[in-house]
Amino acid sequence: MTYTDGIVKPKTKRAKRFLQGREPKLTENVKNAMIMKGGNTTDTVSQALKDIYALKKPNAVLYKKKNIMRPFEDSTSLEFFSKKSDCSLFLFGSHNKKRPNNLIFGRLFDYHVLDMIELGIEKFTSLKDIKMSKCPEGTKPMLVFAGEAFDFDNEHKRLKSVLIDFFRGPTVSSVRLAGLEHVLHFTALEGKIYMRSYKVLLKKSGCRTPRIELDEIGPSFDFVLRRTHLASDDLYKTAHRQPKALKPKKKKNISHDAFGTKFGRLHMQKQNLEKLQTRKMKGLRKRRGQHVATETAATETAATETAATEESTSPKKLRVDE
Amino acid sequence: MAACSIEDVLAKAEKDEAERLKSITVQKELDLEFDTGNLLAFDKNRVDVRDFKSTSKEEFLRSLARDNTQLFINEVWKRPTERIEDVIVVKLPEATTPLPREKPPPKPKAPTKWEEFAKLKGIQKKKKTNLVWDEVHKEWKRRWGYQRAKDDTKEWLIEVPVNADPNEDQFAKRNNAKKERVAKNEFNRLKNIARAQKLPTPGGGLVPTAQQSKAELTQAINVAKASTASAGKFQESLPKEKAPRNTGKKRKFQPLIGDFTDERQKQLDILKVLGSKKPRIDMTKAVNKQMREDDRESASNARKGPGKKGRKGNMPGKGRGGFKGKGGFSGKEGFSGKGGFSGKGGFSGKGKGRGRGKPPKGQQQNPRSKPGKR
Repeated sequence: MTYTDGIVKPKTKRAKRFLQGREPKLTENVKNAMIMKGGNTTDTVSQALKDIYALKKPNAVLYKKKNIMRPFEDSTSLEFFSKKSDCSLFLFGSHNKKRPNNLIFGRLFDYHVLDMIELGIEKFTSLKDIKMSKCPEGTKPMLVFAGEAFDFDNEHKRLKSVLIDFFRGPTVSSVRLAGLEHVLHFTALEGKIYMRSYKVLLKKSGCRTPRIELDEIGPSFDFVLRRTHLASDDLYKTAHRQPKALKPKKKKNISHDAFGTKFGRLHMQKQNLEKLQTRKMKGLRKRRGQHVATETAATETAATETAATEESTSPKKLRVDE
Repeated sequence: MAACSIEDVLAKAEKDEAERLKSITVQKELDLEFDTGNLLAFDKNRVDVRDFKSTSKEEFLRSLARDNTQLFINEVWKRPTERIEDVIVVKLPEATTPLPREKPPPKPKAPTKWEEFAKLKGIQKKKKTNLVWDEVHKEWKRRWGYQRAKDDTKEWLIEVPVNADPNEDQFAKRNNAKKERVAKNEFNRLKNIARAQKLPTPGGGLVPTAQQSKAELTQAINVAKASTASAGKFQESLPKEKAPRNTGKKRKFQPLIGDFTDERQKQLDILKVLGSKKPRIDMTKAVNKQMREDDRESASNARKGPGKKGRKGNMPGKGRGGFKGKGGFSGKEGFSGKGGFSGKGGFSGKGKGRGRGKPPKGQQQNPRSKPGKR
């Protein structure tokens, strides 16, 4: 039937679950990266790709065959691969005379290229060249950026965002203190970007916080910035839009002042003062015969009282002790 | 003597504290920016190029990284910790660095035709129990599905109704009726999907129904007559058969020579529409919208307070909102009826102007429903 053309309908329950995993969600899956190489690569580039794959491992796909494409000229095949492997980050390595030892870091939004930044490898030390004990696979790294270029330059700013997106790993609510053992340090200096990877050694300092020593474990890169393809402001904004359901709901009638004191606004019903029990006295006791007369007197007194307590019935800010 | 010793002790303690903290303190001109949720630190300080060149490059980078990491670790260690199964974990706050999403946020599911109607009328879902009491078997059984209560497909005997044909197979009739219901439901489901995806909705022209109305029958005859190899050109008609309505000329061309006032007027009308800042008002659509709103309001009022039961005024009739106008046949007729109907309604001027081109969506009117309403 023609009208079912646009709908992909799973035939089995398993296929249905698989498709559900790829659907857009409120809280998204961890971004996966696909790591691939172009038509020509050198040893350096292939080794660099393998090393970055090792850093990124549970959330990455390494494409082992050549994929002849030029992401800056035509991104359709990239988008195809992204759809196929459900990856929204990519790293593309290539080598040619004009741009030797080339890495392209990029990310996609809705299976379309958002940002691409091309970095040339000037110097590279592999993970296996440094004989050190490494971090376990899937360690969430600490990312440190240094250098004022990351604050001023637009391209560097975007590069920082791309690198954070690429290396940050899964979002977690809590982390094991002893598990903070891997640092990726990016330094922007004199037009180059130095990426170093260290293992953290926690030493005793005499107080609660440990003293830090670092061991280089590799891979380490000296990058130069080459071509960039940055998303338009419009698309960038759309990609950042958070669904309404994720935003925290505003609680009514609660406010805070400059000192962090919590205020609550209470709404009270009007009090019925006619039924207020005052002091019991023999003289004030109601009698059957005088019912009407006493009631009028009571309302009069009540009216004066309500005027006095008018202030308390209007909503008022009350301080809440926490 | 005693006071002096206390001061001494305090001074010494302070000194000790400073000594101990010395190993973990780092002096920086500007404070680092932290995003602990992402385990992220950002050092904005200017990196001294002279230091970089004088010392070994690797050593310099390592010491810079060490200092920054130390500051970050200090920041993390300040946060509250928790013990989970012999492991000390630190709670991380929400990440503050804005990062783009992978995919756009999920869209809410489009309401089905029934859900729309129920909302309009203020009909709310009622939860039914899963189990019901079966009088025949004297036990609780499921309401639906396999081994359900009051299962009428499992009866071994069916009473033939008084006015029914005695030779008719009542079992087969029941089975057929069930199949029809299932098919109808499936068809509606597909229509809902198509509507949600903004695809052209199927059917609309001729849907099998139990009781076909006169109009539906005539339409069926007309379709059948036109469904020959020669598109119904050589079909004979019955002696007193009327020509089908709304099937006149499909396109009407303006004369190539002669009076051009008509054409000029048409072009001017288009220009006028394009030039005006105000949006065009589609009266039918506006009126329908207003009526819907009234309905919705009355429905919500009825839900709030106990209102009178039964049909209320302003009910949208059968022919108004349905698929008929969008379907294959009626759509075609809609354009063909240009000459015949445009004179009747109040839109004659506009109708002429729109004749040949495709009108914008929403402006399309169903000419069949128009004369009925006027």
